[in-house]
Amino acid sequence: MRSSHTDVLVVGGGIIGLVTAWRAAQRGLGVAVVDPEPGGGAALVAAGMLAAVSELDHGEQTLLGLNIASARLYPDFVAELESVTGRDTGYRACGTLAVALDSDDRAQLRELHALQRRSGLESEWLTGRECRRLEPMLAPGVRGGLRVDGDHQIDPRRLAAALVTACERAGVVFHRAWAGRLRVVGDRAAGVTLAGGPERGAELDAGQVVIAGGSLSGRLAGVPDDVVAPVRPVKGQVLRLTVPRPYAPFLSRTLRAEVRGSHIYLVPRENGELVLGATSEELGWDTTVTAGGVYELLRDAHELLPGITELPLTETRAGLRPTSPDNAPLLGPTALPGLHLATGHHRNGVLLTPVTGRVMATVLTTGELPDDARPFAPGRFSPAASARLEQHA
Amino acid sequence: MSDDRLVIGDSVLDSRLIMGTGGAPSLDVLERSLIASGTELTTVAMRRLDPTVQGSVLSVLDRLGIRVLPNTAGCFTAGEAVLTARLAREALGTDWIKLEVVADERTLLPDPIELLDAAETLVDDGFTVLPYTNDDPVLARKLEDVGCAAIMPLGSPIGSGLGIRNPHNFQLITDHARVPVILDAGAGTASDAALAMELGCAAVMLASAVTRAQEPVLMAEAMRHAVEAGRLAHRAGRIPRRHFADASSPTEGRAMLDPERPAF
Repeated sequence: MRSSHTDVLVVGGGIIGLVTAWRAAQRGLGVAVVDPEPGGGAALVAAGMLAAVSELDHGEQTLLGLNIASARLYPDFVAELESVTGRDTGYRACGTLAVALDSDDRAQLRELHALQRRSGLESEWLTGRECRRLEPMLAPGVRGGLRVDGDHQIDPRRLAAALVTACERAGVVFHRAWAGRLRVVGDRAAGVTLAGGPERGAELDAGQVVIAGGSLSGRLAGVPDDVVAPVRPVKGQVLRLTVPRPYAPFLSRTLRAEVRGSHIYLVPRENGELVLGATSEELGWDTTVTAGGVYELLRDAHELLPGITELPLTETRAGLRPTSPDNAPLLGPTALPGLHLATGHHRNGVLLTPVTGRVMATVLTTGELPDDARPFAPGRFSPAASARLEQHA
Repeated sequence: MSDDRLVIGDSVLDSRLIMGTGGAPSLDVLERSLIASGTELTTVAMRRLDPTVQGSVLSVLDRLGIRVLPNTAGCFTAGEAVLTARLAREALGTDWIKLEVVADERTLLPDPIELLDAAETLVDDGFTVLPYTNDDPVLARKLEDVGCAAIMPLGSPIGSGLGIRNPHNFQLITDHARVPVILDAGAGTASDAALAMELGCAAVMLASAVTRAQEPVLMAEAMRHAVEAGRLAHRAGRIPRRHFADASSPTEGRAMLDPERPAF
């Protein structure tokens, strides 16, 4: 059964697949998305911090460039998306405060501050008292903090819904089914076969195929071994609380914290939702919420914000970060002609959505990766690339 | 190195550096650090891992040919630790277990009573047990008496990087132990690892010192050299400590400098 031909077929309708489809359609390509539930995936769990500066880590300076580029795109990206769709994405330019609870945590945060300064990033060191003047619900024990006014937030669920609408308006076709198998004709990716839904067994033809399947990106059947996406799931448990009106605002900016060596964040939305996350677990595709996960998050949050125990706990959920070996995304063409990847965004998928759309649209229309995306080409993990690295070492 | 190898239970290893995997910023950095460390034995937390998943830390160890040493991190009772060890044996097909039973989350110090209890049970059950213990020479002896294959005293609390706080206790433990003594926890930098080996440890186990360093791969290489240097120094035998200088150059045959009769 042959049902359609399209220029670009995107496998996976999470935010990364959707932004790729939307931006490609805007450039005049015919685009289809294969996903049983477009607008789902890890974005339904993610907190939506746009934390290029406060999430900086040693050894991730290359990724930093891409993160910053995407953060800069965000205001215009959101404005365009909201005007095209008429939907609110919950984008909030509220800034971030990162705090330390004990003296060990403070030393850790001091080191982050030094790294930020060496990297030319803006952040301001505050005393514990100054932190508490900004956020009066903070525990008296807070030893200091970093104010990062450039790290904002968005509601990933509303972002995903808006991207679905934007795709529909741009003429993207949705096949609401699982992709069963990549079709390779000659030496070239030629489409996919659907595994379920009303079009079960349909063979979709495409000039180019993009795998944007999040943590499942490595599991599509029919992909030759040497171009399978090296992506694994890293589980994160996330809690959602509600701030009742009398307690509002409770928090007025994103709060990140080192609490006795473990790491948590709280993201307050304007609509009263308060997102608390996240664990980081290597447990395969398991998405169960565990007593230990909830306990540890609430224990640390309570040390940080004693008043949090008064808030209703409205949702507990676990999602899967799609993680590459170096925590950076895989963007652009693979060694199989016609097959691209847009996956492996790890904990930065929401932040990297605008830049991923730009990069993938460029690749799909010109065949070339933009310069700033070259370090993220999928080929960096191929055996040949490793051999080259060894020679240079 | 072939004449000076580490023997634990029925296994022989060339590398005396045992690595942990916790805290690594990415799998890629972890892999390069493990290679740089030269380790042949690496511990993984069974409670934080699904052994059936491809592309995880176990796949990295498998690819590098590094033996997996499962541990019972996160257990507070002998019962939990024994259960975790049995699950590990079933999942990974090894009866080696690095036994950790901690008393509380703040210090992560071992609970000696639960530890000894679990060690005894696991040895009886056929496990090769490597217990993470306090730097207590008496407890070390008791663990050896119940049949542990090695003793792994802490230099200082896990992840603290405070080094070996009580070198004398280490000396007492290594002087009397008939099984390998392995520094576990506390190493912060290369000199800590070298000191452990100089004190007679058979090996050094560390994770955070490498995985949380600014440049993990460089630190892994430093640790490899430190362990080798410390081992060589231990075998060479250090000179006695003296209160006053003892010139190393001979004094015979030097020119006599008599101020009354200039030589030239």
